[in-house]
Amino acid sequence: MIKGRFKKESGERSQKINTSSLPDIIFMLLFFFMVTTTMRETTLFVKNTLPKATEIQKLERKSLVSFIYIGPPLQTEIFGTEPRIQLNDAFGNLKEIAAFVEAERLARPEAERPLMVTSLKIDKETKMGIVTDVKQELRKVNALNINYSTVRGEPEVR
Amino acid sequence: MARQTPEINAGSMADIAFLLLIFFLVTTTMDVDTGLRRLLPPPIDPSQPEPPPVRERNVFVVLVDQNDRLLVEGEIGNIQTLRERTKEFLLNPNNDPTMPVREMKTIENLGEVEVSRGIISLQNDRGTSYEMYIAVQNELAAAINEIRNDVSEEELGVRFDELNDEDLIRAIREAVPMAISEAEPKDIGG
Repeated sequence: MIKGRFKKESGERSQKINTSSLPDIIFMLLFFFMVTTTMRETTLFVKNTLPKATEIQKLERKSLVSFIYIGPPLQTEIFGTEPRIQLNDAFGNLKEIAAFVEAERLARPEAERPLMVTSLKIDKETKMGIVTDVKQELRKVNALNINYSTVRGEPEVR
Repeated sequence: MARQTPEINAGSMADIAFLLLIFFLVTTTMDVDTGLRRLLPPPIDPSQPEPPPVRERNVFVVLVDQNDRLLVEGEIGNIQTLRERTKEFLLNPNNDPTMPVREMKTIENLGEVEVSRGIISLQNDRGTSYEMYIAVQNELAAAINEIRNDVSEEELGVRFDELNDEDLIRAIREAVPMAISEAEPKDIGG
């Protein structure tokens, strides 16, 4: 009788596992993810490998941060390789930055506007020329609080 | 005569929760934005008189050219020694007359401390790579943070990055200001 070798002698049927607490466990996981993560808002059109730095600070209040992305376009065959500025979900140019900052300001309650931060997410291959231009535009509209977005790590330059 | 409520079948509850969970997993990101915080200078008002020039001994000029080479105070520098040089400049331990003035200042919660009047002026070319620029910014910030740690340890017995009291953090920030000036853009060679 090789077939029944592993069967219990008593012949008990497979026990049913009580799954009534499974939804609770999943809900717990769900809430964990809902609290710790944020909605993905924009689709990136530009390459965005951030440089590394060690002296970094966290941006605490995400609702007060607006992002400007700069980097070479992902679709090089259509848009070329020259670094471009991305504001929200479209390519922008320097002249549109003022309007972008104004729109971001209007979207926040008035009391919080002085605390707003513009986070510059700039690809590390970008040259400083375009970055300086963007900084000058931000100065013109008095968006002086900026953040050079970086990731944690030792800088990789000689 | 309470009517008995019919039991609801909760067997599919887990499936619904799973569906929601997967939806959130896909649509959200976990990254916390981190970076180097800086304050840009306010726009220049042409009707205002120009601010008085800063004495040369108080300015530490760091220049990055289009080939990512460094010029520190008129000499060729490199990124490995930049942090030490910045610290030495701001602290001016030997009272060198070419390095910045230190003056006694009374700061709340700290008492009398020596505050350096040194300013770091970071200039870059349009052709400088962003990666190099950030690396330089990072070294300068690191120098200031190291000085803050030393001052904090000396005055309060705790490192600056371990301080929790808002008032003390502000006091140390005042004692060792993050004086990095990003110069007005200009083309330097090429």
